[in-house]
Amino acid sequence: MTEPLLRVRDLRTYFVTAHGSGTARAVDGVSFDVYPGETLGLVGESGCGKTVTALSILRLVPEPPGHVRPGSLVEFEGRNLATLPPAELRAVRGREIALVFQEPRASLNPVFTVGDQIAEAAVVHERLSWRAARARAVEMLALVGMPDPAAQAGRYPHQLSGGMCQRAMIAMALVCRPKLLIADEPTTALDVTVQAQILELLGRLQAEFGMAILLITHDLGVVAGAADRVAVMYAGEVVEQAPARELFARPLHPYTQGLLASVPRVDAPRAAGRLPAIPGQVPAATAWPPGCRFHPRCPYAWARCRAEAPPPLDAGAGEPGAHTVRCWLLTEPQRRTPRP
Amino acid sequence: MTAWHWLALAAAALAALAAVAALRRRARRTARGRRFFRHPAAAPGLVVLAFVVTTALAAPGLAPYPPRAQLDIVRLADQPPSLRHPLGTDLYSRDVWSRLVYGARVSLGVGALAMLVAVTLGAAVGAAAGYFRRWPDALLMRVVDVGLALPRIFVLLVAVALWGHVTLGPLVLLIGLTGWFPTSRLVRAEVLSVRERDFVAAARALGAGPARIILRHVLPNAAAPIIVSAALGIGNVMLLEAGLSFLGLGVPPPMPSWGNMIADGWPKMAVAPWAALAPGLAISLVVTALNTVGDALRDALDPRAESA
Amino acid sequence: MAAWLLRRLAAALAIVFAVLTLAFCAIHLAPGTPFVSPQDRGMDPAIVARLERLYGLDRPLPVQYAKYLVAVLHGELGESFALRRPVADALAEALPNTLLLAGAALLLDFGLGLALGVYQAARARRAGDVVLGNAALFVHSVPTFWLGLLLLLVFAQRLHWFPVGGTHDPVLCRSVASLRCALDRGWHLALPALTLGVVGAAGTARYQRAALLEVLGQEFVRTARAKGLSERRVLLVHALRNALLPFITLGGLALPFLLTGAVLVETVFAWPGMGRLAVTAIFQRDYPVVIAAAAAASVLVVLGSLAADVLYAVADPRIRAPGA
Repeated sequence: MTEPLLRVRDLRTYFVTAHGSGTARAVDGVSFDVYPGETLGLVGESGCGKTVTALSILRLVPEPPGHVRPGSLVEFEGRNLATLPPAELRAVRGREIALVFQEPRASLNPVFTVGDQIAEAAVVHERLSWRAARARAVEMLALVGMPDPAAQAGRYPHQLSGGMCQRAMIAMALVCRPKLLIADEPTTALDVTVQAQILELLGRLQAEFGMAILLITHDLGVVAGAADRVAVMYAGEVVEQAPARELFARPLHPYTQGLLASVPRVDAPRAAGRLPAIPGQVPAATAWPPGCRFHPRCPYAWARCRAEAPPPLDAGAGEPGAHTVRCWLLTEPQRRTPRP
Repeated sequence: MTAWHWLALAAAALAALAAVAALRRRARRTARGRRFFRHPAAAPGLVVLAFVVTTALAAPGLAPYPPRAQLDIVRLADQPPSLRHPLGTDLYSRDVWSRLVYGARVSLGVGALAMLVAVTLGAAVGAAAGYFRRWPDALLMRVVDVGLALPRIFVLLVAVALWGHVTLGPLVLLIGLTGWFPTSRLVRAEVLSVRERDFVAAARALGAGPARIILRHVLPNAAAPIIVSAALGIGNVMLLEAGLSFLGLGVPPPMPSWGNMIADGWPKMAVAPWAALAPGLAISLVVTALNTVGDALRDALDPRAESA
Repeated sequence: MAAWLLRRLAAALAIVFAVLTLAFCAIHLAPGTPFVSPQDRGMDPAIVARLERLYGLDRPLPVQYAKYLVAVLHGELGESFALRRPVADALAEALPNTLLLAGAALLLDFGLGLALGVYQAARARRAGDVVLGNAALFVHSVPTFWLGLLLLLVFAQRLHWFPVGGTHDPVLCRSVASLRCALDRGWHLALPALTLGVVGAAGTARYQRAALLEVLGQEFVRTARAKGLSERRVLLVHALRNALLPFITLGGLALPFLLTGAVLVETVFAWPGMGRLAVTAIFQRDYPVVIAAAAAASVLVVLGSLAADVLYAVADPRIRAPGA
């Protein structure tokens, strides 16, 4: 069993809210591993804490009002990123671990050319001359499939389409050959056809560079095609984790089941009626429900769920720890019948 | 200054503090009020303004001497601050404190009234331009462009030169008439955005005329930027009036204004600096307070902050 | 971009035209015959005759207007009653002094203001920011001329570090181009420029702080940090370059402020610029001078704002090279 590239244990990121509404515990005890060369999909609705998790790994959460709680472990190559001194952290950012954001146009500096922004990473991390760095930037642009890369390098972000901006961002992220790429909703802001292209690009680059990808998205379809393993987040926690095929074949957490059931299917029978939806709403991060956080919306919940929060339990498929679920149903499977 | 005057002054200060404290309590109930007072300097600014306004209103009770009284040209000119004259006397042996207190009336009055003229005119023009669009808009906005290009003080210099002898009333009018351009732009922008909203179309469908629509529906929505620019504008006007009076082209002596007090004190700066220092400091404090309150108002009334 | 430039130029010209027209109206509203002094002031009859011919004072109004415009374009701005010389000459002498003062003040204003604004944004909401912010607010609320008086009192009259007024020492500057003369001029320029510059800088600092903070909240700043750039580089290269754009706009707005301030500061420091010229002229009922000075100041403002707009268009790639 290979060592994980990134080990996240008990990551907590809290935000202090103004107006005294209390502390928002956006990420509240998240644990997962990312192995070299694999793609881990992190899935969940908006508000579940996925983006904050991604930002927390590199400590990019704005310090007031947010902060990563002490005791959080983000282990990368033997060092805890959560407590690393700033200078060393900067050496990791962009070089060992890179980040790609959701809104490509807004994430690029409007007053610098795309080529210069890509080159900058090489200049800062690898001490290349600007000339050499710019040449490398053009290479990267070619690698990410930009037509006429030399010309595009001289363009500004507002002159490029959304898809091209995203390719440029990916080029910028990969220019120093990072070991891990965190992609936060990389395709959400793009057209469907462009989405497929970007995902295909990411897959190709992953194979070529042998890097790991942490793919964050709310779109199950994206995850199904691209991820090796999947972690499902709800209310600041990982509620289920499994290899992708296993998760789609045998979802065990009621939330995961609800998510999968609510995806419209082309092959569903006509008489299926209304699309099932998970009743209720995601609770506010300032007031997570006691016990299991999903219990107010869960069709199976009973007294234990309201009282005790379940730890990640092994679902017993394949290797130990391959498929874990935060649900008491695993201990009492007979309760898996919906209430009348 | 007798003990009564000191007492009255203390009373004015306490009244200002009490008024602001009461306002703060009431403001706590609304989101806007809370946002306003979140600025640490907002409350002190309000206290300063309340105090100065109270002092101005209660001038007769706070000033031991009439502002134009020349007490004793031979012996009492240019006296340093003392118990009888807390801010000393000026070159005409007038009590500086009394003049300061009465000068507050003039300076604040000119500021507020001129701003009122400017804001009213600016709002009217801006609303008309924004509502009627097409050629009235084009015409009025060209006028505004020209108005914004002319440096205000030079326009006032020309106006004063042509008018000849300017008294207080025409002065206020002139200052107001040169200052409406920024307000009109602000109001026009608001009107343009509001006029597309459904409730305006509904009002029009019900047969309401343009004046009614502008007054009852559009302007209340534009109130926020108007209020903020008014608060900040009074400060500018006070500085402008002070400058003009300093040049001898503003408030005509012997009526005291903080500006012409500085002009009086200027020739004797070396030997009797207090006569020019006190009014200058007064202007600085009031304008600072106005700017602070204006900033806090802007944040409090900012619609974008509503959702926060 | 070229089309936009042409439109902008045309608009500026239109405003200059409007200013000249307003000046024409003002001349005619002045007491007495336009351009000619009242009878009792005793202007040289030869000059009176020349002016009447030049401005067509016996012709109908539209003709007068046309003749006036032609005259202005030829640099003919009338005759000063009090100074007994062409207005254009008096203005030509005074204008460079005002420009020197305004220019020096602008440098100080922007230099100091930018540095302060950046510092405050970097230390946002912490002690340094709060203290400086309040201090800047106070300094910006002070009447410029009063600050000038204070500086004059302390540094010139009491401490004798700086001269009390004027632009230069006539003895020292007999030979115009000498280092000592230049230094002396600088020494005389120091206090007035400092007065205007410091008050302006306080306002600029507030504006720049706000602009920079807004830029720092944008997404691409997060990207820059994620790339592993130092905080310093993020602030000074990525954020500032964007925040400098509104700074240019501020430059366009600074000119009216500086010209207004110059009028008062010139009076305090006996600086022979356009402002002082205009103020003296008012008391002498010298209408052509006042009106010409006002018109000149307005034209300067228009040119300044035009320059700022052009600079902005050049600096912002979104305008310079419109997108796909």
